[in-house]
Amino acid sequence: MAAGQLAGRQFPSISHLTVWTVMDALILQLLNGLDKGGAYALIALGLTLVFGTLGVVNFAHGALFMLGAFCAVTLQNVLTISKKVKDESITFFDAYKETPYLEIWWGDTGAAIIDWVVPISIILAIPIMLAIGVAMERGLIRHFYKRPHAEQILVTFGLAIVLQEIIKSFFGANPIPTPAPDIISGSANIGMMLGLGESLVYPWWRLIYLLFAGVVIFAVFAFLQFTTFGMVVRAGMQDRETVGLLGINVERRFTIVFGIAAIVAGLAGVMYAPILPPDYHMGMDFLVLSFVVVVVGGMGSLPGAVAAGFLLGILQSFASMTEVKAILPGIDQIIIYLVAVVILLTRPRGLMGRKGVMED
Amino acid sequence: MSEDKKTSELSRRGFMKVSAAAMAAASTPMFFTKGAWAADFRNNPGNAGSVKLGFNVPQTGAYADEGADELRAYKLAVKHLNGEGDGGMLNTMTNKALKGNGVLGKKVEYVTGDTQTKSDAARSSAKRMIEKDGVLMVTGGSSSGVAIAVQGLCQEMGIIFMAGLTHSNDTTGKDKRRYGFRHFFNTEMSGAALGPVLEKEFGKDRVAYHLTADYTWGWSQEGSIKKYTEQLGWQTKAAVRTPLGAGDFSQYITPVLNSGADVLVLNHYGKDMVNSLTQAVQFGLRDKQANGKDFQIVVPLFSRLMAQGAGANIKGIYGTTNWNWSLTDEGSKAFVKSFGQEYGFPPSQAAHTCYVQTLLYANACEMAGTFYPPEVIKALEGFKFDGMGNGPTEYRAEDHQCFKDVLVVRGNENPTSKFDLLQVVQEVPRAQVEYPADMLGGDLGPYKV
Repeated sequence: MAAGQLAGRQFPSISHLTVWTVMDALILQLLNGLDKGGAYALIALGLTLVFGTLGVVNFAHGALFMLGAFCAVTLQNVLTISKKVKDESITFFDAYKETPYLEIWWGDTGAAIIDWVVPISIILAIPIMLAIGVAMERGLIRHFYKRPHAEQILVTFGLAIVLQEIIKSFFGANPIPTPAPDIISGSANIGMMLGLGESLVYPWWRLIYLLFAGVVIFAVFAFLQFTTFGMVVRAGMQDRETVGLLGINVERRFTIVFGIAAIVAGLAGVMYAPILPPDYHMGMDFLVLSFVVVVVGGMGSLPGAVAAGFLLGILQSFASMTEVKAILPGIDQIIIYLVAVVILLTRPRGLMGRKGVMED
Repeated sequence: MSEDKKTSELSRRGFMKVSAAAMAAASTPMFFTKGAWAADFRNNPGNAGSVKLGFNVPQTGAYADEGADELRAYKLAVKHLNGEGDGGMLNTMTNKALKGNGVLGKKVEYVTGDTQTKSDAARSSAKRMIEKDGVLMVTGGSSSGVAIAVQGLCQEMGIIFMAGLTHSNDTTGKDKRRYGFRHFFNTEMSGAALGPVLEKEFGKDRVAYHLTADYTWGWSQEGSIKKYTEQLGWQTKAAVRTPLGAGDFSQYITPVLNSGADVLVLNHYGKDMVNSLTQAVQFGLRDKQANGKDFQIVVPLFSRLMAQGAGANIKGIYGTTNWNWSLTDEGSKAFVKSFGQEYGFPPSQAAHTCYVQTLLYANACEMAGTFYPPEVIKALEGFKFDGMGNGPTEYRAEDHQCFKDVLVVRGNENPTSKFDLLQVVQEVPRAQVEYPADMLGGDLGPYKV
């Protein structure tokens, strides 16, 4: 079906065709932006949550995103432990034809479990990331609460490098393929679904990622908004001392908040593994952008982080369009920083920043 | 008075004797001692019992695994040069002056540096190896940007640079240097080799869309592939530059979907290639029909080591590679055997080129009978050899580019092991990929610096 068809109606003229092609391009870039923004928002949400509660600028947060992705890689490695049959035609080194034991024992069921490794990893990642987050907070970061921000940045940045190198020593530097389940590894014809023609397709997994990001963001907000625990955390974010004077152990709750932030970053990483084959450096690639998101959204503001995440994701996608780059070459590489400069000049506390945060 | 005269005569006679002796001493090496004119040059090993080579490879960063493989190959080469191990390609190399007792009777030692795949870091580590460790030759790297930067430094410092993995035309084109040599092929050769295969597989009536890494190698490859595909009759719909290390390429891939193109050419290498290819497949490009044809993806430079990251997405995709472990010539078999027995897995194309470069440098020193760089350079220029994979090979004197057969490969549909990722479709003969020496411009510069 041509791009100019809509719900059985024909649009033969070239101008209509062009309009629909442009519309397709805009819708696709909007989806790209939302998808990218979803990842930024999930990482920035945890960053700003930690900053808002504990006052710590956590540069190891990107490493948590990476560790999440490697939860999926690890589970994949475990599930694909294989029976090895030596390829006798190769004599100079050992090459094996590998068949996973799961497939040998359980046939198609075993193959399906391996195929669904990324969604299954979510279950594994939650306790692991919680444990990592709590251990990180109790073992290292709590010792730096009363230290200057510069020292917090140094120690967390160092921690990120240590975590990266540990992963590299186990898994190597190359990206590791971690595919989505076969049934949803292709593209959805959203054009047909929306009655916009056949040419509008978008990968299923990216749509799922967008939905997933929305659900996780909603869950975090609901948790903070509708539970007693959340109420205490929010109160602690406003005035930690007063909440402490009421006899509430704020510190313990904040440790759990750190664990929750780690889970959110980890889940973002698990789900991103099919889009970006994980490598040890992937967290650092996202960290800088996520910090810009937090600053643009307003330090310590949860809605601000989410709004800024999606805003910057969308702007980055549109700035990458050939038509835009033809007018402003190289804009795709600076748009995020340009927007950050403009917003900070007009709203120094960011989009939704609170007075008093980082202003001592 | 007579006493004075006697003294004067003796002085004159003595002066003449001393002068004659000095002239004889000064001129003797020129005639009788091979290479002695080269007594004074940077890092001259003199009477030392060993010589040091500098292996400058990415030990950190995205190409660390490829760098580690290069280092393995270098260590193996040093072993073989010193007469240890099974000798590897020393047993198959033709036109060989090496004796398996080091180089010019000196034991080969090495130091390593980390390029981090960054030009400034690579130059710093090369400079450190030259100035502090006293290396005679620098080699390695996994990027054209790095190779060009280090090659320039080596020219300034009068140290020979044997490039590792570098594929941009510029390395032996506009940025070529007298002190730099490249065994690896280049984008011009990739284009010349790949063009006819693409014509055979996909026909003459195609519309290509390029996504190109925005640096010297990407531009070079885009230019070469455009040149050879347009010669076939293909159109180029667009050539979009993408930032190095973009990660998510979705915003660059979606415009391809409805662009009217039916071939996507990914001028990406390493992690960028893994990511862009994985994401292009997710966007359904391999299942898509355009202009009444099956949509195709082409990756002009394939690396088996890096392609592992793309998993099943590389199946059926065409590209070129400098060398593959599955080649059955005697040289390749000897190298794969040595490397495989030493490390338990096959070498990558980066490992192969680095191993060969080390042997070629050492052999040139033996041929020249000296480590004096201008003489070693002259020995390498125009050197013809065989038995090191890729058939009869020549280091062209005019641009220091090696000419040999080029492999067109396809992602293996049914790999028998995790190493069996690329299937060699065609060994394109050297004559098909040769081009005039002045075509890519540049100036080698002087022998003496």
